[in-house]
Amino acid sequence: MANEGNIRDYSLERRMFATRTVVAVFIMFLMVLALVARLSYLQLFKHDYFSIRSDDNRMRVEIVPPVRGLIYDRNGVLLADNLPSYRLELVPEQVGDLEATLNRLARLIEIRPVDLERFRSRLKREPKFRSLPVRGLLNPEEVARFELNRQNFPGVSIVATLTRHYPLGETAAHLVGYVGGVTERELAELDQRRYQGISYIGKTGVEQSHESVLHGYPGHKVTEANAAGRLLRQIEYRPPKDGQNVYLTVDARVQQAARDALHGKEGAIVAIDPKTGGILALVSEPSYDPGLFVEGIDHANYKALTTNPYRPLLNRALQGSFPPGSTVKPFMALAGLEYGVIGSHDSRACRGGYSLPGSSRVFRDWKKGGHGTVDMRYSIVVSCDVYYYMLGADLGVDRIRDFLTRFSLGVKTGVDLPSERSGLVPSQAWKKANFKEKWYAGETLSVAIGQGYMNVTPIQLTYATAEIANRGQTPRPHVLLETRDPITGQRTPFVPEVREPIRLSNNQYWDDVIQGMVDVVHTSSGTAQRIARGVKYKIAGKTGTAQVIGMSQSHYVRSEDLKKIHRDHAWFISFAPVEDPKIAMTVLVEHGGHGGSDAAPLARIVMDAYLLDQLPPPSEPKPGPNEHESQTQAN
Amino acid sequence: MNTKAKPKRTEQDGPTLTEVLARWHVDLPLLLLLLSVSIIGLFTLYSASGHEFSVVMGQFMRLLLGLTAMILVAQVPSEWYRVAAPFFYIIGGILLVLVLFLGDAAKGAQRWLDFGILRFQPSEIMKLAVPMTIAAYLHLRPLPPRWMDIIVVGILIAIPVGLVAKQPDLGTSLLIAAAGGFVLFMAGLRWRFIIVMLVAFAAAGPTLWINLHDYQQQRVLTFLDPERDPSGAGYHITQSKIAIGSGGLLGKGWLNSSQAKLDFLPESHTDFIFAVYAEEMGLLGVLLLLALYCGIVARCLFIALRGQDMFQRLVAGGLSFTFFLYVFINMGMVAGILPVVGVPLPIISFGGTSLVIMLASFGILMSFHTHRKLISS
Repeated sequence: MANEGNIRDYSLERRMFATRTVVAVFIMFLMVLALVARLSYLQLFKHDYFSIRSDDNRMRVEIVPPVRGLIYDRNGVLLADNLPSYRLELVPEQVGDLEATLNRLARLIEIRPVDLERFRSRLKREPKFRSLPVRGLLNPEEVARFELNRQNFPGVSIVATLTRHYPLGETAAHLVGYVGGVTERELAELDQRRYQGISYIGKTGVEQSHESVLHGYPGHKVTEANAAGRLLRQIEYRPPKDGQNVYLTVDARVQQAARDALHGKEGAIVAIDPKTGGILALVSEPSYDPGLFVEGIDHANYKALTTNPYRPLLNRALQGSFPPGSTVKPFMALAGLEYGVIGSHDSRACRGGYSLPGSSRVFRDWKKGGHGTVDMRYSIVVSCDVYYYMLGADLGVDRIRDFLTRFSLGVKTGVDLPSERSGLVPSQAWKKANFKEKWYAGETLSVAIGQGYMNVTPIQLTYATAEIANRGQTPRPHVLLETRDPITGQRTPFVPEVREPIRLSNNQYWDDVIQGMVDVVHTSSGTAQRIARGVKYKIAGKTGTAQVIGMSQSHYVRSEDLKKIHRDHAWFISFAPVEDPKIAMTVLVEHGGHGGSDAAPLARIVMDAYLLDQLPPPSEPKPGPNEHESQTQAN
Repeated sequence: MNTKAKPKRTEQDGPTLTEVLARWHVDLPLLLLLLSVSIIGLFTLYSASGHEFSVVMGQFMRLLLGLTAMILVAQVPSEWYRVAAPFFYIIGGILLVLVLFLGDAAKGAQRWLDFGILRFQPSEIMKLAVPMTIAAYLHLRPLPPRWMDIIVVGILIAIPVGLVAKQPDLGTSLLIAAAGGFVLFMAGLRWRFIIVMLVAFAAAGPTLWINLHDYQQQRVLTFLDPERDPSGAGYHITQSKIAIGSGGLLGKGWLNSSQAKLDFLPESHTDFIFAVYAEEMGLLGVLLLLALYCGIVARCLFIALRGQDMFQRLVAGGLSFTFFLYVFINMGMVAGILPVVGVPLPIISFGGTSLVIMLASFGILMSFHTHRKLISS
């Protein structure tokens, strides 16, 4: 085939084509090499990495929350229960327009701002395929209304769940506490794996302090999911380990009696078993309904609680610190005896006032004219201030502080309840550090009668009283008696920390002081003699009346003439039976007036309840979250 | 009866298999290689489609159609193709113009022509028509090609490439350009021209980039950094890498591709089917498949070398290179070393026109190899 006069050289063309083929094959070989290198890299070198990525892709881990442990009193009375309820839940990735869905839901079911807040907080930290609670405690009407419209709400469902319920309600609110939604701040301090997919955490009281026992360990369900998030089959299931049931040292009947006695006043009652340190009752008044917090408290209720001038949320038993007033005197007497400043039978003259040497300032006794000749026992019986001014002046503030600290006054008792305050017993060093001022001898006199800088909490005073009752041998106060496994029933008793006992150089000192306290109640001159009427056991006690405002030492004011908030706090510490103490308690009535007349009678009620089994009839159990249902059925 | 020796072949036994195949102009090595890959493809497709037997049947029918077309095409002597090539080219060009006006838009690109019963992409014809037409032209010209020839070939390439790129189908237009360019290279294009063109292409790069569609730029960017948007644009590559990598040396076994089964891998039975294969069969399976593909290319190049004229050599060389390029680009993109351009894995990916035309093109090579005429030396 000649072409335009050019002679084609076929063999040359063929050779050239062969050369080009070799070049092309070489290039293709390099390309294949690149592919093989790449695939080997992915399949051999990075195989482990991609295997994990592949599993991550298809595995969906669903958290199975544990059932929270129940809380019982020592006799098995339920203090915190889980009741079945209905909850509205939503899977974010399954609803198209989240905001629109929430808006449409709100037309069927009331969704409070607090519910939305909780939901959004969960939304931020949980994966989008997880079902998140929108609102709990749906009533049957709401359930029915949703079910009728459920086809309009893909990804939204109503699930049966358990909601925390407090049968005793206000009666044990400060003791048992309540659960609430987990906040991000709390989560930051927790083992996050234990709180994934969990709605509740203990916020106060036993619910908070024994959270780790009550909570349990979540299980998980590993399911295979496709790219659309639809679950296909279960691969692995690890059941949750439910929380332990918690038994408290508390006796619900004593708690009820104490609450009933104090109801309508402000104050606190703490009762403990002096031998074990176990708390029998812990009441703070006014109280609140802990159930309000479980599904998130709405703003109106919360505002009402926080702006209430009587501060119902404050746990006065642990967080209220008050001057102990005359209730400190038995401890001062012990200090005097121990340091050898006084003898049990030495007498001093009380003429109604005392002045420090070289000072013209008169520190007055509460009784005009004084108590005459007063020995240690009698100083307790009549609560003679002058005796303790002298004792205090002889001891000096630092020795007072050292001794009272041994009784946990002014330091935390270490009770297994949250947010305990430490109170204060002053010292010279303390004043220097806080006021940059030297300690004045006159201030020691105020401390000696439980006034001035001194502040204690009701639980401290109760523990200190129990120490007197048990002669310094009372273990640290606590509320936990034992935990029981919900499935095996296995009991784990709580072993309270045994503190170094308070040892005095002479055990007779205990008896002498206790005798004084017995006579407070059981002699006609005692400041609490009125509660001895008809009593079937022996009570040791001490009244206290703590000044709220610094009043002039030069004249007397009748407490009835004062406005309530300026009135004195009424204290009464006591234990009984004296021969074999079973209960030690503190009654504080804020602005109550006098310890003998306003606090001591409450102690008698509680003691009768406990010691004589004169227990109040069990109060009507508070209706649970399903009250609607039962009411409907009753109608 | 002869008991001592094997029975001797007699006239009654009929022709041997080789003779039958030769009569039907079939190249046995190539056929066997193609059948092997086809069978692998059907099994992989069953797994990748989520055990959809209907999909496998559809593919099976297409394979049958393609193999039939291949054998029919093989019956036609090579001169016919040389003569017919320009007509193919012209018809393909007209269809490409038509597609721009009447085409069926799918995924934002107009590529399809719908003839009622038959829906196909005219660009597929051009993949075959362009190298054949160029080969037919160069066959008439003294080689190595002169300036004039290069310009003519350049225009022959530019028209369909431009039309296809306008659809827009960047992947196919580049493949057409590569097929045409490779024919020119095999025809002995001088190295200095090659260098000049490479430099020119590099210089034109930025201009080309600006003229790319948004989604095309996106693909390239995603290719450069797939992790920057793992659930969006980079999802394909990330998921296919997970599939391949998790397969390991031996693979998870047939039907055990969790990536495809659970729908994490998009387009698992079309462009990304190789990822499913790699996940289930592992590196060893991948090497086997690569070996089969290389065998096909090698057999085609062998046919090219044995070609009786320049037309045969250039067409066979061009087609084998195009075939190789398909394999390389598809595997490269699925393995994440090339951008995601819509190129299927030959014979294995589920797909209509391309599969049939691909097999038919092997028929042309078989025709070259089996219609031998005596040449006076």
